[in-house]
Amino acid sequence: MGFILNKISADNFLSSLKDEYYIFAPKCFEFGGTYSDTDTIRYSQINSFDEIVFDKKSLYSFKEAIFHISQTIFYFTEDQAKESNFNPKKVLIFLRNCDLHGLKRLDDIYLHNGPEDHYYKNLRENVKFVVMGCENSFENCFCVSMGTNKNDDYDLSIDKQDDNYLITCKDNEFNKILADLNISQTEIIPKFVTSNSVKVNIPDNLSNDIANNSIWNEYDIRCIACGRCNFVCPTCTCFSMQDIFYTDNGKVGERRRIWASCMVDGFTDMAGGHSYRVKKGQRMRYKVLHKVLNHKKRYGEHMCVGCGRCDDICPEYISFSNSINKLENAMKEVTSNE
Amino acid sequence: MNNYIPFSSDILDVIKHTDIEFTFRMSYKGNVKPGQFFEVSIPKFGEAPISVSGIGKNYIDLTIRKVGRVTNEVFEHYISDTFMLRGPYGNGFDVDIYKGKELVVIAGGTGLSPVRGVIDYFANHKDEVAGMTLIVGFKSPEDILFKEDLERWQKTIDVVLTVDSTDDTKNYRTGFVTEYIPELKFNNKDNANVIVVGPPVMMNFSVKCILNIGIKEEQIWVSHERKMCCGLGKCGHCRINDTYICLDGPVFNYTVGKTLID
Repeated sequence: MGFILNKISADNFLSSLKDEYYIFAPKCFEFGGTYSDTDTIRYSQINSFDEIVFDKKSLYSFKEAIFHISQTIFYFTEDQAKESNFNPKKVLIFLRNCDLHGLKRLDDIYLHNGPEDHYYKNLRENVKFVVMGCENSFENCFCVSMGTNKNDDYDLSIDKQDDNYLITCKDNEFNKILADLNISQTEIIPKFVTSNSVKVNIPDNLSNDIANNSIWNEYDIRCIACGRCNFVCPTCTCFSMQDIFYTDNGKVGERRRIWASCMVDGFTDMAGGHSYRVKKGQRMRYKVLHKVLNHKKRYGEHMCVGCGRCDDICPEYISFSNSINKLENAMKEVTSNE
Repeated sequence: MNNYIPFSSDILDVIKHTDIEFTFRMSYKGNVKPGQFFEVSIPKFGEAPISVSGIGKNYIDLTIRKVGRVTNEVFEHYISDTFMLRGPYGNGFDVDIYKGKELVVIAGGTGLSPVRGVIDYFANHKDEVAGMTLIVGFKSPEDILFKEDLERWQKTIDVVLTVDSTDDTKNYRTGFVTEYIPELKFNNKDNANVIVVGPPVMMNFSVKCILNIGIKEEQIWVSHERKMCCGLGKCGHCRINDTYICLDGPVFNYTVGKTLID
């Protein structure tokens, strides 16, 4: 069962959560685009349902709300290290079906790869998710091919219909609040897409032997190693450590972890000057095979969720879905050379 | 538990091998295996993964080469008498695997650090292996590490010490470690185990030579090194294919290690 909320009751619902929750949703930043006179859609805190952008894909994913671009993990004072304070306020995040699948990939790394990550776990326990249905596929999306077009593991689902919001709820706390709004209940099925114009095919026989194939060479020249594809990706989780010290007192500072990108120079630099994957094509190989082969080998599911944001943002118009679709022929070459 | 917060460890002793390679004896209580590593943390400069080169009851040895941002600072300010550490991380060497075998350790330069504990164990418990040979190479006589250990080990195990080049050919063997691999003698090759640790190029050629003398891949162990920002399987810098060097390694049987090419 679900609820149909008009704008006023929807905002009442939102304001009843405001004290307890930070609420993040994709929001339009006018003239915030990288080109002149263009807008951008990114995650930000919202105060009203009006602010949420339903009819376009966000440029960045929900990731920045749960895995911060830069996070202070502790403070140094001479030989002491003090953990940064944890904000116990709960978080509500609006995201797409594919993104909610992406969350599981973040969990794979931060909760199940080695020991649990202290900072991620603390935050994660306090986050609830609202799935925003997709009425139509957006440009570059290939979620159906990846099997990530539908996800029932949400706390709330929401679809915008004209001026109303159709909501279904699986969370007891929210159910109570919605019931108190005295809205009649009705049958609602959350929307999701069942086809995309972009389709990908990941060959069954894909293996890391493809690393030496010439397929990657075109990216040596095309890719400029800007790392945008990693930064917008809902499933990229890499970070580097960064020490910051205060100019007024050089003995006091903090250690942060900041997003890192396997496409950007320096990712593999070791002391003494050695580094791996110097060519950009090899970085592309590393990323592509992580997304559609190696993560699955370790966790049973592909890392890529088909949101297509890497295609949307690439300044060199490199298409990730195209790079996947080239794998089948390349694997034929690999196996025929054996 | 917050694994990212380093603890303070006292510098108990500093052993100077060369101008740029010191061993720092650090106070530490807890279980550690040779081949595991610690993140040495210098506020303002960052962290560097350093292999454990020795293990005592209340201490660990960290042999550090002055070669990067963090380690340069280590050499500048070690007089401050403490370092921040976190760890140990990684799987390390399991000495039980090599018991009863004809063990050969091939090490290049600072690659001797992670296997020092293994060599030390069998040099002190010679009856627990069927044979034990160390082939170790350094750039020049001035670059030789653990001189006292090498002298001590020579009393119980076969040690082949070589330098890449020197004018003093009277006192030093010259040539790469690979030149001495064909000279190895085994009673039973099937009972041989070989550990190879060193710079990537040295490991590559050494493994080729070992395979050439008829030792199988599954009898070879290697230790990999990578940039690691966390040591906890999170930061992603050390991943190769579906393997995280910091969690699954750094020590690998060659049957796995050979697939970790990047």
